[in-house]
Amino acid sequence: MSFINYAAREINCKLVYYGPGLCGKTANLQFIYSKVAPTTRGKLISLATETERTLFFDFLPLELGTIRGFKTRFHLYTVPGQVFYDASRKLILKGADGLVFVADSQIERIEANIESLENLEANLTEQGQKLEAMPFTIQYNKRDLPNIVSVEELQTTLNPRTVPWFEACAIKGIGVFETLKAVAKLVLNDLKSRT
Amino acid sequence: MLGPDLILYEEEAQRLGAVLQKLCQDAKARAVFLIEKSGQLIDAAGETEGVDAMSLASLAAGNIAASGGLAQLLGERGFNVLFHEGERKHLHLSVVGQRGILVVLFDQRSTLGLVRLRVKRAAEELGRVFADIARRAEQEAARAREAFEAQFARITDEDIDNLFTS
Repeated sequence: MSFINYAAREINCKLVYYGPGLCGKTANLQFIYSKVAPTTRGKLISLATETERTLFFDFLPLELGTIRGFKTRFHLYTVPGQVFYDASRKLILKGADGLVFVADSQIERIEANIESLENLEANLTEQGQKLEAMPFTIQYNKRDLPNIVSVEELQTTLNPRTVPWFEACAIKGIGVFETLKAVAKLVLNDLKSRT
Repeated sequence: MLGPDLILYEEEAQRLGAVLQKLCQDAKARAVFLIEKSGQLIDAAGETEGVDAMSLASLAAGNIAASGGLAQLLGERGFNVLFHEGERKHLHLSVVGQRGILVVLFDQRSTLGLVRLRVKRAAEELGRVFADIARRAEQEAARAREAFEAQFARITDEDIDNLFTS
């Protein structure tokens, strides 16, 4: 839910990183957190299990600068990827202004990617929203691993509408900021187009 | 679509701020926070220094959302009040005006009873302000659209790129 505060001169938007378990959603936020200046970011909150699997969500507020005199702040969230946390995913998805789908490029995870993407669409539909109408980018993560599906195949399977997509290796930071920048751009353009 | 989901103008911002200030004093609270249900901090009053308000907002919203999910499981419409009791600090969370969450942080200077009483009164006033915000959004849709357009329709790709270079 975008929130424009004329009194405080702020624009606040919510971005949600979605994807199957262990695809690298939290790794995206961790890399962003490690690279941006402490003055521009808040705390990285991770509600995780003892084995560091996301239990509820990760949260990172980022203040990117000013645009037309308004402080522009993005609130980055990840959802828990494991299938049985669907109720939590629905809660976090509410009010999202933009979405990143982090796909795991490994051959054995292709079905998990499809299942997660279908789950995203179903949860949006339940909230009266359509994925096609939302600012949306896809990140093909783990491109550094040996057993990966080709980008062409991933595109055919996961991205038939050809939304902006990026190859990434999130733990090394490759493609992380490119993805963030692309979705932020889509969100701000979407906000602009609502006039 | 017409503009963003929530626009807060000076007048309503001041009214919300005044209610929060009064609540903080009357409830003898350390601080109070008003949060939108999706986790955006709207305003705060009291001793907010040393409290990471943004993290508090996102966690409180997650907390209320999870409680709402639990309520649904039990066939309840919602759990509108949550209370977290610590050794020295306590949190009272309540849903106000359908879209807001009011968080009161208090310590031994106050009591749960007093906080509950004052929150009840403040919630009514906050509910009225939220209703006015919604009414204004409806009645002044055209004017709001103009103001919004004047401010944001001219955002260029360059403006957005600059956000990432600074």
